[in-house]
Parts: sequence; structure tokens; C-alpha cells
Amino acid sequence: MTQVMLNALVVGTTYALIALGITIIFSIMKVVNFAHGQLYMIGGFVVYYFNVVFGLPFWFGLVMSFLIVGLLGVAMELFLFRPVMLRVKREEVTMLLAMGTAVFLESLALIVFGEKQRGVPPIATGIVELFGARLPTGRIVVIVVAAMLIAALMAFIGYTKTGRALRAMAQDREATALQGVNLKWLSAMGFGLGTGLAGLSGGLLVAIFAVHTGAGTAISIKAFLMIMIGGAGVLSGAILGGFVLGFLESVGYALLPGSLTFLIIFLIVICFLIVRPNGIMGKPWG
Amino acid sequence: MILRQQRQSALRKALILGAAAGALAFGTSAHAEETLKIGALGVMSGPFAGWGGVMCQTFKSRAGMWNDDGGVAIGDKTYKVEVVCVDDKGDPKGAQTGAEKLVSEGVKYIQGPNTDSTAESAKTVMEANGTINMPYAFSKSLYKAPASQSILGMVASYQVGPVIYKWLMENKGVKKIAFVSENNADPIKQRDEGSAGAKALGLEVVSDQETYESGTTDFFPILTKVIGTAPDHIVLSGVSPSDVGPLIKAARELGFTGTMSTETGQDPKAIYEVAGDAANGFIAAGGASTEAIRSDFMVKFIDRYTKDWGEWNDVAGLFVYGPEIMIQTLQSVGPKALEDTEAFKASLDGFVGKNPFLKDGGELKYVGRTDYGQARQVSVPIVVQQVENGEYKPLFVGKLPD
Repeated sequence: MTQVMLNALVVGTTYALIALGITIIFSIMKVVNFAHGQLYMIGGFVVYYFNVVFGLPFWFGLVMSFLIVGLLGVAMELFLFRPVMLRVKREEVTMLLAMGTAVFLESLALIVFGEKQRGVPPIATGIVELFGARLPTGRIVVIVVAAMLIAALMAFIGYTKTGRALRAMAQDREATALQGVNLKWLSAMGFGLGTGLAGLSGGLLVAIFAVHTGAGTAISIKAFLMIMIGGAGVLSGAILGGFVLGFLESVGYALLPGSLTFLIIFLIVICFLIVRPNGIMGKPWG
Repeated sequence: MILRQQRQSALRKALILGAAAGALAFGTSAHAEETLKIGALGVMSGPFAGWGGVMCQTFKSRAGMWNDDGGVAIGDKTYKVEVVCVDDKGDPKGAQTGAEKLVSEGVKYIQGPNTDSTAESAKTVMEANGTINMPYAFSKSLYKAPASQSILGMVASYQVGPVIYKWLMENKGVKKIAFVSENNADPIKQRDEGSAGAKALGLEVVSDQETYESGTTDFFPILTKVIGTAPDHIVLSGVSPSDVGPLIKAARELGFTGTMSTETGQDPKAIYEVAGDAANGFIAAGGASTEAIRSDFMVKFIDRYTKDWGEWNDVAGLFVYGPEIMIQTLQSVGPKALEDTEAFKASLDGFVGKNPFLKDGGELKYVGRTDYGQARQVSVPIVVQQVENGEYKPLFVGKLPD
């Protein structure tokens, strides 16, 4: 059981990191970014190229994954979502736009990166044994870094001027604008921060998993599931949602036949949403 | 006056007709070399792109080689080979519409699809339109009568699986075996067939019900349970190219020290890149591209593929057999097969071509009578190999039953 709990901790931490980006974008833009998984995938490839192809340090690649995918997000906000949202108020239009972007990015990635799965050399070697359970050192490093990134993000959102402005914009755009905040800049920055986090999680997790161009869709679905559980648009909810899903997945695989695990997870989520449609820590939609 | 106008008009018409006839004749002469359009229908995006995408690329590279040599001679004419690739996205509906699209473009010969569900879906179009296809899918109903239009382009999992298990029993002392697969129809079917084959050989199957969802990134949870059953060997049934490396890596990190294998074609470099040294010893069935057994022609093909697509993929060494035997058969049957696939089918029993990919040469023919009751399988050699530092090292080479 120790192994199962350790598995839950690792899966939960990685899921929490994945969910943060999508929830930031949702909170400030009210956009469900279905291209989140594809941005995660691009982050993984950015690290792969810097680390394996160009021979640069993994950690440099990781910083680049945040910057490159973050800038991609800024471009998406400026040239795709902003013009559309200025003219159309219907939410499904932005959802369709996000889906279209996801398909476009995945097709483009297949052309640019090819069909093969990619991995990077281990960032740490060795295995730690804990009460009979095994935890590779690489995973420990990833969990620690992920936890630090989550803490840094929470601190940024909670205690910096920009972070407070982002929170204010998420609560009331008009009131925030009346306070003299430049919403155009803040929207682009917030969107870039969300996509940058997707890139960062893809870049970090390529160290222990692998990446391929078709990885995005499943990541988007799981990220969406996590924020539904935790509460869409709430940072702490996204973290909680990630841990809940990671726990359900790990324990489910241990106790149930594999084919039933996600069936039951979805059933639990459906029942839960009937009782609590805004998620554990959520606010009403919109 | 009127007569003169009529004469001038007649003269003008004659000149135009003459010019048109001349242009037509010149055009015919200029286009004496015709085009043979052949399709590739498969999953070319998503986690399985490592199969369909490589199938398309393989065919395009081989076609490039034929075309560089002046084309393929069928009867009196020489044809440039044009490959039309259609991505079915692994979706049965996509496979059906893709097959219809190719048929509507006049394509009579198709490589693919790559999975049972897509091949079964495309089968209705193939059978109704008399189109020949070479699926890389193992469902027997595709190849058994009354079906007649599909020819299996590779070795099926239920053919190679027991061969690998027997080798493992005799050479590695394997007694207990576990199967793990994705929670999808094709891999589950391959798992069930593999499990039945292992039981028939007298192996103890300690786990064959564990599956993971498509898109799983962390395989620790599922493998914790599988490894808990203490198998000597784990089979990754129908594993997609994107999952094989992470699965091997996770199993080794969890302390599994036994052997692992799959029956599907995989690229050793990609596996090694993800799993590192943990990939060493992983057993897979593959093509004929390993250094120990490949011919100079295979080396030439590898160079061509690498030039075209930037990087070699070992799965291409498997996919190249399909287009090769398809073209060799068309050349053997002659022009009538270009329009009428009945002539092509009639030749399957007696056709014997040359295998250009193996160092020792050998025949390239249609087999499958034992498993399907009719010659509906390409005689791809059973090459069982293991990963060694990113390369394949052949363990043994076998032959398919006739």
C-alpha cells in the first residue's frame, strides 16, 4: 500500500501542476483552453530539443519551455482569442476556437517533431526504498520542483501587485479597469502565464515520462476533469483536483480491474458534480 | 461568295482539328509514362502515428526509389508510382470515409489500415468496390472467406506471440507470464489471444486483466499491481509506439527484473531514448532491417527513408514488405490487374517473388492458408529481436506457415 500511496503522491503532484495553467486561463478569461494539452506537449518537445538535440542543460530547456510556450500563449490571446471575444459574447465560440487551436497545434507538431516518442536523459539516477516501496530519485526531484513551482505561483498570485491585479480581474474586470489596471496587457500576460505553466509542466514531466505529438488530448481531458473536481477558476481547487484525481487513479488501479478504474472515476465525478456542481472549492460558472 | 466562305470555314475547321490531333498525339507521346496511384490508409496522427505515419512514409520512400529508377514496368508501359496517404485517425468512421475517398479517386490498391476496428470498417468498402488492401490488423475475419480483398501485410500477434513465449521458456526459463494492455478493443483482443497461446504452451498466466487508459502518462499505478503478481515475463499486448518506452522504464524502476516483450513493431531508438538502459533486452517482433540479416538493398532503402524523413524508424523495415510484394505481383500479373483486382487475386496462390530485403534473399509470396484458409498474408519473415543500446539484435528468424 505504501507504493500505492507514493504513486498517488507523484501522480497527484504532476496533475496539480498540469491543472494550474488551465484554471488560471479560465479564471481571468473565462475560456476553457482545450489546447492546454497540446501546449503541454510543446513544452515537452522544447525541453527535448534544447537538452537532447542542442545538448544544453535540462534546466535551461525547462526555463525555455516556460518562455516559449508562454509567448505562444500571448500570441494566442492577442491574435486569436481577443479579436474573437471582442466581437462575440457566446462562450461556445471561444471553446470551438480553443479546440481548433488544439487540432492545429497537434497537426503542426506532427509535421515538425515527427511521429516518435521522445525522452530526455534522467535528471537523477538511483532508487529510494521507503517501507518496501520504490521511488526513483528522478521522480523525487520532479515532485520537489513541481511543489516549488506551485508554491512560487501561489506566492506570485497572492502577494505581488501583478498577481493581485490578476485576481481582481478574475473577480470583476470592470472594477479592475476602473482602478487603472491595463486589462489588455494583463489579459495577455495572464494567458501567457497559463500557457507557460502548461509548457513548464510538459517540460518538467518529460524528465520522468516521455512526450509524443498525440499526448495533448488526454492531458486536456484530465486537466479539465481536475478543475471540474476542484472548482474551475480557483487555484487551490485545481491543486486539490489534481491530487484527488491522482489518488483516485492510483488507488483505483490497485484495487479494481484496470478497465474499471476510469469508468468508476468518471461515475464518481458525475455523482459529485450533481451534488456539488461548482466543484470542491469552486465558484459558479462565469 | 457563300461557297468560298464555306470552303474557308471547312479549311479552318480542318486546321483546328489537325492542330488538335497533333497536340493530342504530342501530348500522348509526352505522357507515355503513366501514373500508378496507390493508397495508404491508416492512423497517421495521435499516439498510433508511429504506425500509420510510418506506413505512409515507407511507401512514399519506396515509391521514390522506383520512380528514380524510371518507374515500374507493368506490361508494355512504365508507371510512376504516386502514393496517396489518408489519415483515418484510428477512427472506424474515418477509415470508411478514407477508403471511399481513395476508391473515388480510382485507387485499386491500398496499404493499411493499421488496427482491427479501422480495417473491419474499411473492409466493407474494399469488398464492395473490388479494391485490394493490405491491413496491418490481425482480425481473422478480414482474411477468411467470404472476405477476399484484404491481405495481411505482417506477422499477426497470435502467430509470433507463442513463438516468442516458447523461446523464452526454453532459453530464459520463463514459467509465469503477465499481460498488460491499453483499454481498447485491439490491444485487448491481442492480449486475450496471447494469453490463450501462453496457456496452451503450459505457461502460468498470473495476470491478464490489467489495462490502462489511452493517454496514460504514469504507468507506476498499473504496473505496481501487475508486478505484484510476480511474473517472470510481462507482455505489452498491442502496445502503441508512444507507450512502450514509458512502460518499460516504469517496470524497471519498480524493480521488475524479468523479461518483457511485445508482438507489435517498435522502433528501438525511440524506446532506448525514453527508457535508457532499462530498454536493453526488450523483445519485439520486427522487420528485416537489423544489420545481421539485412541486404544491401535494405541498406539503400534505409538511406532513402532517412534522407526523406530525417530519421530511420525500424517499423519501416516491416512496412516495406507490403508495397514491395504488391508491385511485384502487379508486374507479374500484368496490366489487366490494374483495373481488375480479380486477376490480382487469382495470382496469389502461385505468385513467387524475390525478397530483396534479406541478406540471404529468399522468396516473397502469399501465405496464410493455415490460419485463414486462403493465401491472404504476405510471407514476412518472423524476426524476433531484442533491444541493445538503441539497436535491434536478432534473436532468431522464423517462417510463417504456408
